[in-house]
Amino acid sequence: MSKVRVLVGTHKGAFVLTSDGKREKWDVSGPHFAGWEIYHLKGSPADPNRLYASQTSGWFGQIIQRSSDGGKTWETPGGGLKPTPGGMPTGESNKFAYDTSAATGKPLTTHQWYDGTQHPWEFKRVWHLEPSLTDPDTAYAGVEDAALFRTTDGATSWQEIAGLRGHGTGPKWQPGAGGLGLHTIILDPSNPQRIFIAISAAGAFRTDDGGATWRPINRGLRSEHIPDPTAETGHCVHHVAMHPKRPGVLFMQKHWDVMRSDDAGDQWREVSGNLPTDFGFVIDVHAHEPETIYVVPIKSDSEHFPIEGKLRVYRSRSGGNEWEPLTKGLPQNDCYVNVLRDAMAVDTLDSCGVYFGTTGGQVYASSDAGDNWSPIVSNLPAVFSVEVQTLQ
Amino acid sequence: MIQVVLPAHLRTLAHVGSEISIEVKGPVTQRSVLDAIESTYPMLRGTIRDHVTLERRPFLRFFACQEDLSHEPPDAPLPEAVSSGKEPFMIIGAIAGG
Repeated sequence: MSKVRVLVGTHKGAFVLTSDGKREKWDVSGPHFAGWEIYHLKGSPADPNRLYASQTSGWFGQIIQRSSDGGKTWETPGGGLKPTPGGMPTGESNKFAYDTSAATGKPLTTHQWYDGTQHPWEFKRVWHLEPSLTDPDTAYAGVEDAALFRTTDGATSWQEIAGLRGHGTGPKWQPGAGGLGLHTIILDPSNPQRIFIAISAAGAFRTDDGGATWRPINRGLRSEHIPDPTAETGHCVHHVAMHPKRPGVLFMQKHWDVMRSDDAGDQWREVSGNLPTDFGFVIDVHAHEPETIYVVPIKSDSEHFPIEGKLRVYRSRSGGNEWEPLTKGLPQNDCYVNVLRDAMAVDTLDSCGVYFGTTGGQVYASSDAGDNWSPIVSNLPAVFSVEVQTLQ
Repeated sequence: MIQVVLPAHLRTLAHVGSEISIEVKGPVTQRSVLDAIESTYPMLRGTIRDHVTLERRPFLRFFACQEDLSHEPPDAPLPEAVSSGKEPFMIIGAIAGG
């Protein structure tokens, strides 16, 4: 009998929701790490009981947590009470140190600050954790200020993949109001050397050699908030999604505009079509229908809530352009929540389940690909992220 | 033994109570106390002072003997009452309220 595990990161802790394959009754465990911001937690495709969580605090900085039993218990890798013979611990699971210049000891390159001047890189937090598709001890971390890190020892230590910041356009990257965060990491299941990432507000990037070299993949994007609307970088990409069986096709929710690429990001075209607004944060793909995609339109960049107080998921069965509102079970009046970029996911059961969380603390689920929705938990802290594991 | 009071979230992280006892070798200073804390409780590395710069995190303060020692040099001796274990070295988080 299949099971579903939903991993929810919130403003004040993590929650783990479980159900059988019917997805009617849900057990809620948590809060884990109560009182801390949990930007993201995600399970390993290679070992579903291996979970990683990003735990952050304005007071105490970054912590990485790891579970080996599906979220029942957690540990800080390398943080046990076992100092080495030399006295100092070997594990530095929360140490994200940018590659530095041997001459100055400072992080390589600078990026553009809000006023256009150059600014040194300063680590703030981990926005997104992406476990390897094949090795439970390997995972990637997308951090603010934007950089990509990798662990190969189960998060005991992290090393920067510095080719991303160093590839040439790094000094032009500029944070959006929410910070210069690397929030999207997509591993290509058909090509271990290919990784896609996205940064607010720099754009999308791709490596085809395992991270050694990177290039911007923003051709076709148009952003009116930058001096050159079609510039190579500077686009505020909110999220990118891919169907694992069709890794050359990408879907993007940009600050404004829903976009599609059929050539791994080399060229994008707009597929906003008949959406009531094409601003939003989340985007995801049906588990079995690569042309069926989901977004949650948000009114505007200054009004982060649904239009007319009606929470509506929009589904396209044609890979964009033609969209239908999905409303059954969702509040259709006085709803002014937001749905953040990492807060939508799908399960892989025969009847695809779709899940999303809101800043009002609800997690909604549909077990019929979006036709009908119901809250599976209703009063959590503001939801930052939702990930789903389908367990056999 | 040096007595150290940790903020609530760090107690949870280190699986300890409100006050911990730390053995410090050599002069008792902010640096030596923090070194000893991080050596005994590795999960606290990076949470009190930055991993790279070793600077105190901005929203934390160091108090002892009813004085704010946050801006004292890290290698300055702590008060005798702290080094003798009579008074705790307190790590305090800024209040979150408005």
